[in-house]
Amino acid sequence: MNRSIEAIKEAALQELESADAPEAVQALSVQYLGRKGAVTQFLRNISALPAEERPRAGKEANAVKKTLESAFADAERRLSETAAPADDAIDVSLPGRPATPGRLHPVTLISREISDIFSRLGFDIVEGPEVEKDYYNFEALNIPKNHPARDMQDTFYVSDDVVLRTHTSPIQIRTMEKQPPPVRIIAPGKVYRCDSDLTHTPMFHQVEGLLVDRDISFGDLKGILTAFVHQMFDDRTALRFRPSFFPFTEPSAEVDILCVMCRGDGCRVCSQTGWLEVLGSGMVHPAVFENVGYDTRRYTGFAFGMGVERIAMLKYGIDDLRKFFENDFRFLRQF
Amino acid sequence: MKVSFSWLADYTPIEMPASELADALTMAGLEVEAVWDRYDYLETVRVGRILRVSPHPNADRLRLCEVDIGDRQVKVVCGAPNAVEGMLSPLALPGTELPGGARMEKSVIRGETSEGMLCSQGELMLGSDRSGLMALDAGLTPGAPLAEALGLSDTLFEIGLTPNRPDCLSLIGIARETAAIQGTHLTWPEIALPKGEGNIHKRTSVAIQAPDHCPRYAARLIESVRIAPSPDWLRDRLISIGLKPINNVVDVTNFVMMEMGQPLHAFDVDRLAGERIVVRLAGAGEPFTTLDGKERILDEHMLMICDGEKPVAVGGVMGGLNSEIEETTARVLIESAYFDPASIRKTAKKLGLATDASHRFERGIDPEGAIRALDRAAQLILAMAGGTLIEGVVDERPKWIGPKQFDLSVSDTKRLLGITLDQENISALLRSIEFAVEPVDEDHITVRAPSFRVDVTRPRDLMEEVARLWGYNRIPTTSPLMPAEARVPSASLQLRNRLRDLLTGFGFTEAVNYSFIQPDAVDRLRLSEADPRRNTVTILNPLTEDQSVMRTSLLPGLLNNMGWNLARRVRDLKLFEVGKIFIGNGAASLPDEPQMTAGLWTGNRTSPTWLAKDIPCDFYDMKGIVEGVLEGLRIRDARFTRMAKDRCRYTRPGRTARILVAETEIGLIGEVHPETLCNFDLRQPAFYFELDLDLLLPLAPAACQSAAIPRYPAVDRDITLILDKGSEAADILDAIRNSGVPGAELIETITFFDAYEGEAIPPGCRSISFRITYRSPEETLEDERVNVIQKAIADYLLNAFKATLPGNR
Repeated sequence: MNRSIEAIKEAALQELESADAPEAVQALSVQYLGRKGAVTQFLRNISALPAEERPRAGKEANAVKKTLESAFADAERRLSETAAPADDAIDVSLPGRPATPGRLHPVTLISREISDIFSRLGFDIVEGPEVEKDYYNFEALNIPKNHPARDMQDTFYVSDDVVLRTHTSPIQIRTMEKQPPPVRIIAPGKVYRCDSDLTHTPMFHQVEGLLVDRDISFGDLKGILTAFVHQMFDDRTALRFRPSFFPFTEPSAEVDILCVMCRGDGCRVCSQTGWLEVLGSGMVHPAVFENVGYDTRRYTGFAFGMGVERIAMLKYGIDDLRKFFENDFRFLRQF
Repeated sequence: MKVSFSWLADYTPIEMPASELADALTMAGLEVEAVWDRYDYLETVRVGRILRVSPHPNADRLRLCEVDIGDRQVKVVCGAPNAVEGMLSPLALPGTELPGGARMEKSVIRGETSEGMLCSQGELMLGSDRSGLMALDAGLTPGAPLAEALGLSDTLFEIGLTPNRPDCLSLIGIARETAAIQGTHLTWPEIALPKGEGNIHKRTSVAIQAPDHCPRYAARLIESVRIAPSPDWLRDRLISIGLKPINNVVDVTNFVMMEMGQPLHAFDVDRLAGERIVVRLAGAGEPFTTLDGKERILDEHMLMICDGEKPVAVGGVMGGLNSEIEETTARVLIESAYFDPASIRKTAKKLGLATDASHRFERGIDPEGAIRALDRAAQLILAMAGGTLIEGVVDERPKWIGPKQFDLSVSDTKRLLGITLDQENISALLRSIEFAVEPVDEDHITVRAPSFRVDVTRPRDLMEEVARLWGYNRIPTTSPLMPAEARVPSASLQLRNRLRDLLTGFGFTEAVNYSFIQPDAVDRLRLSEADPRRNTVTILNPLTEDQSVMRTSLLPGLLNNMGWNLARRVRDLKLFEVGKIFIGNGAASLPDEPQMTAGLWTGNRTSPTWLAKDIPCDFYDMKGIVEGVLEGLRIRDARFTRMAKDRCRYTRPGRTARILVAETEIGLIGEVHPETLCNFDLRQPAFYFELDLDLLLPLAPAACQSAAIPRYPAVDRDITLILDKGSEAADILDAIRNSGVPGAELIETITFFDAYEGEAIPPGCRSISFRITYRSPEETLEDERVNVIQKAIADYLLNAFKATLPGNR
């Protein structure tokens, strides 16, 4: 034991002061604390000391070891931070390697949003065929052949008896045929109408809803649709229910919302009326219940439907319906 | 339907401003789509005083007029014979758009400038006279706006009626609703007929041979009429709502139709063989020339109005040329009938002929309205065209459409609507639109619907009337009480959403294409004759040929999108679509509608950056996406094998892989065949995948089961084989899996890290390098043990593939 532990510590700290790179610190660490390092040697030699000196020497040596460990670590960290030479700098303003996410179609985004809202309200999501029997698309919905109500929807025919569905309402019938009340569903999907101009495309997307249970009232219809509109837009968006006609509901209502652009002052989007027509709705017509064998005295219900593109246009400020199906990358990448 | 305010006021006083009434009607279910001032077009027409009239230097028939319009004098060229100095006449200034669509501009007529136009009554739609300038009252002030000076004021409504409200296809129908809204009275026109001469039953008869199609046919006869233009007030009424005046008798029939909603038809009796009417169905293929001069071919379901010999009108749709009222007509038979709505609709549709009459008949007119309208028309014809009324009415009524009476429960009404109205409130609302209401007991009332409300067929219809008259917006908003039940969304829907998220995560952007495509798309795809995707579903009435069949593949849509974008200089595209295809099962059955996902990648791997030059995307880029998608769905046992030649003709042979999961072929990846590209006018290579989601769905694990993380280290061994090019990586994997070498079960993964052909490799061969990772779940593997297994596997492969090791030939 030719050097006191204190002397070792002093020497180490002194040498550390002149260390100018992390590598030099690492070398010192090996020199003092490594397997053959001075401190290690000292600790190893404690057993050679007289028994009464051993505890003190051990305690001192361990304290020194800890001090040096933390001094070396601090020095290494400090030197690493400042060590990088200036000419290693990179141009951090250059763009990174591209990792570009794709985008969902706006119709998908809005359909999902609508489905999510109604899912939270307890509605199940149901789907059905796009090429549909006349019976499901029309007859069962109280739209007989040769009824003027057929003029309300220009229909693509595949045969006398098979059509491209003009709405997702046939899913109402298919669902009610399969299950007894209560029913609480929404039916999203593609629909087809034989019409093409600035405001119509021959294919578009609808979400239709149906709720059947005991004691369902027109007030409840208003409640559910108000909850929906407030979540889809915001809770300042007022609703207006206007009498209308759909063969499969009675009473029927068009639902207007306060124009989301001008808040009712009148603008181009709402044709100066302050209101936007966004939903069709009504209490399920008893004839529809009769067609699926539901007891019209025990059950009432309501149905509603909306165009997804219409809502997407309002939410995203899209001005031309045709953009939805051109699939122009410059359009799709915006969402 | 167009409604004139001043006409409407004939039946009920109008107590609200136009805009308020428009709102109120809209909120009562009669949607007012537009409101405008009828005389808007007179805005730039002023009262003018002709100061001087001089001859036109270059035209004998024209004259030059100097006209005082208050603030200045203008020069106009005028052709009217009656222009004299001092006369007051309307002057249309440049910018005026006349009702015929003609726009007035400052012009030079035969060398003389004309700064406006002096107008006739007819030109301004203020009367029928077109013979000369409209002479204005001398007391008017030059320069005054004409409409103001003449006190012309009317507001027009365009009302979009829903098909259930034929009762509102008349001025009186709208007046009834207006009266109910305002709480005013509806006043019918007074109808009084003089005592007629003779007896109609001795002069004519009506025989109905098709009572289902024609439940009622009524007629009156008037003789010795003088056909002439109608008086101005009648013409004005018709013009105001967009009808064209023709002559006094025809105008009266149109006026009464618009007033009461009952279509009428006038026949020239002298042109009716036998001077009688027979109502029957047409013969199949029977030709008939309608009033518009067109020959129509009829069928045996169409109702014809005939005389003693021949058809004279398509019942309820349009009259015939052979019996129309002419200038020489003296004897008139007026028809007022009720035809079956569905039959009229079928006929009108088939003939492609929609008239004001057919529009009303097919929606359902008032079955009790026939005689009142007939009498009203007779009264007006006698007043306009003179003549003698023949005493009596023919009213054949083989089928009676009876009154409808309902029992309405007040409590059911309140429960359905969620309102708190009482029996008295509900009764009052119904009475305001002419429903007869009698109380039965505390809860029930008996309601008789007026005959014109053909839409009311059950108590629910009455509840709707109550709701609409009370006001939807006064019904309290409530929340339904519902059981707290919920089902998970269908697995198919979840799968599609998951795929969308995965693919967008991999940088693909979602396209949505029309489900219909061009019929030759199957040829452009080069589908073989036997390919089931040639069973397309054809649309009978497509909008365009390009949209006439339902798609049987998502590829044509994506290729069209590629073309659209390349044409707009967007050349790097990663697109996908999720949607159905439609495989036909014959026109009478519904097609199969499998859910598909397809992706298309063309152009560069990434948009060029400073880090990398343009690297074109390739097969392996696309394969990586599919592998990633399957991995994302936790499908870990997918295999990719070479597609047999000609099994898929829209991708390149030798560059197409079948995707197999548990022996089910769920789709393919490939480079789009250059000929297919060419068929879609494309040249840039593109890579494509498609997945059949209906097949994929049962193969994707629904749940995820966690496994222990390995406790012992893995050992890697690399190997390079030189083997025939025909052997693929998948063959090597299969061979190792099936080798039966003891210890092969310790193989955890096999990773290919190099494939090379060229220098130092014999022709027809390639070298392939892979790393085998071994791991035991029970212990740390000893190097020596792994070496033995690796050696055995290498020997097996060398033998099985007749392969060699590098540097060991």
